[in-house]
Amino acid sequence: MASDDTPAIRLAGLRKRYGTGDAAVDALKGVDMTVHAGEVVGLIGPSGSGKTTLLKCLGAVIEPTGGRMELAGEAIYDAERGGWQVGDLRALRRDRIGFVFQAPYLIPFLDVTDNVALLPMLAGVANGAARKRALALLTALDVAHRAGAQVSQLSGGEQQRVAIARALANRAPVILADEPTAPLDSERALTVVRILNEMAVQYRTAIIVVTHDEKIIPTFRRIYHIRDGVTHEEAGEGRPV
Amino acid sequence: MAGVYRGMVDDGQVLIDNSGADLWVVQQGTLGPYAEPSSIRDDVWRGIAGIHGVAETGNAAYLTMQIKQGGHEARVMVVGIEVDRPGRPGAPPYLTFGRPILQGHYEAIADEKTGLKLGERVRIRRHEYVVVGLTRRMVSSSGDPMIFVPLKDAQEIQFLKDNDALINERARTAANPAFNRPGVPGLLEAAQASATQARNVNAVLVRLAPDVDPDTVAGEIRRWKRLTAYTRAQMEDILVAKLIATSAKQIGMFLVILSVVTAAIVAFIIYTMTLAKVREIAVLKLIGAKNRTIAAMILQQALGLGLIGFLVGRVAAGLWGPAFPKYVLLVPGDALRGFAIVMAICALASLVAIRAALRIDPAEAIGG
Repeated sequence: MASDDTPAIRLAGLRKRYGTGDAAVDALKGVDMTVHAGEVVGLIGPSGSGKTTLLKCLGAVIEPTGGRMELAGEAIYDAERGGWQVGDLRALRRDRIGFVFQAPYLIPFLDVTDNVALLPMLAGVANGAARKRALALLTALDVAHRAGAQVSQLSGGEQQRVAIARALANRAPVILADEPTAPLDSERALTVVRILNEMAVQYRTAIIVVTHDEKIIPTFRRIYHIRDGVTHEEAGEGRPV
Repeated sequence: MAGVYRGMVDDGQVLIDNSGADLWVVQQGTLGPYAEPSSIRDDVWRGIAGIHGVAETGNAAYLTMQIKQGGHEARVMVVGIEVDRPGRPGAPPYLTFGRPILQGHYEAIADEKTGLKLGERVRIRRHEYVVVGLTRRMVSSSGDPMIFVPLKDAQEIQFLKDNDALINERARTAANPAFNRPGVPGLLEAAQASATQARNVNAVLVRLAPDVDPDTVAGEIRRWKRLTAYTRAQMEDILVAKLIATSAKQIGMFLVILSVVTAAIVAFIIYTMTLAKVREIAVLKLIGAKNRTIAAMILQQALGLGLIGFLVGRVAAGLWGPAFPKYVLLVPGDALRGFAIVMAICALASLVAIRAALRIDPAEAIGG
């Protein structure tokens, strides 16, 4: 049972090696990271530094080759104990990890509510309850007035809010946001960050935001720099948005 | 395509039904009068009428030909019928306008599909005929509309030669020493008169008395009159199984080709749509969608495409069917079968796209 001060995410010496022998490339060389519930941290670094690999490991879509990964105190991956500690990675992603991407990647033939309700429904929540939960999230994200609209009718900012709602729909304790503000202008980018911060507090969600976006980097209280597969933690400005 | 086939079968069926006959008596060893040429003497009916069980007989002459009408040509089947009284086998069972043929010559009843109007005059070979009645759905087995004329006229149309040919034939006969013997007066004239007589018909249509077994009467005719007699079932077999069998196979082959092309088009569309949504599918997999959910979505899309195609096709067939030159019969059962086949084709066609979608790695959703 995790106590209140148990980190939502804890990585210890996480490593990832692609290939073998002379062709082997160490993308992650021992990443340490701790993110608490309700916290939004930035993950920044140059291209090829290992950001995407780290996100894929956290998202349980590729298997690390060393170290340990915990979600809310529970070991998800432990190299010393044989790798993945959960049997169903698909269910892990569905129930415990939310994803926000650079582009919203909403399902074009579903309306806004159905896009958000899809995730709870995949987890077995009844249609009515899933839609109710979706509407509550859309209200919280100020896009409830577009609940019945088709995805193509939304603006870029609205689509990204719907994508955030979808990431929160299963009440996942962890959200991984991959360049969520890249296609947005400054105002909208800051709005998205504000929403992420509000959602983190409201739903006690730990959010990792991978970004290159100079506009939003000053808003983080904590930042992980990643370079050559190694992370360095530093305090951010925590500028209010 | 099924409607075209059904229309051909229906044309054959209508031809049999509207003739009002129970037996068709034709030249021995032929499949006449619709599937093969048949020629028998026009007094054969006398002997047939005397057979037990025969209620009524009617001579009939059939001739498919091209007529000029209103500045354009039309292909019709000219049918010679006995007009001494209405209701003889072979005559049209009902009229939509006008009256039956009452004169022995130069009156006609036309199917509405010929485009002829009541009172209009139509030239058939040497003579002009006045349209005194109109009828409907009287077509040959090939779908050509019928024009009914008195039997004598039809015999003349069918068997009499033109004047030049007659003169030529007379000269040939006169030059033949076998027919032009100096010691036999009148032989040449008799031979020439015989050559110009038109005393043949294509078939004798027989209507039987109630509760008489057609096979028994047909057997009697075959045995005693040295002619071939077909019952209704046999005639249906000739018209449906033999006459349109090749067309049915042709339509079947078209259907196979159309099905293959449809499957290829649907597969291509669904595959292209799937490839355009690689990222979305990767996202779905990443957020925990099961493979069967993704497969169901693609299948749903393919079936939706099929449904739209089917509805468009069905509505178009309903609207344009009457404009087809041949009768198109759209049967609900065929539509249901067609719908099932379309759905099956679309489901099969979606397999390629589903296979591609299931190979997409959820990791593709993350990163650039």
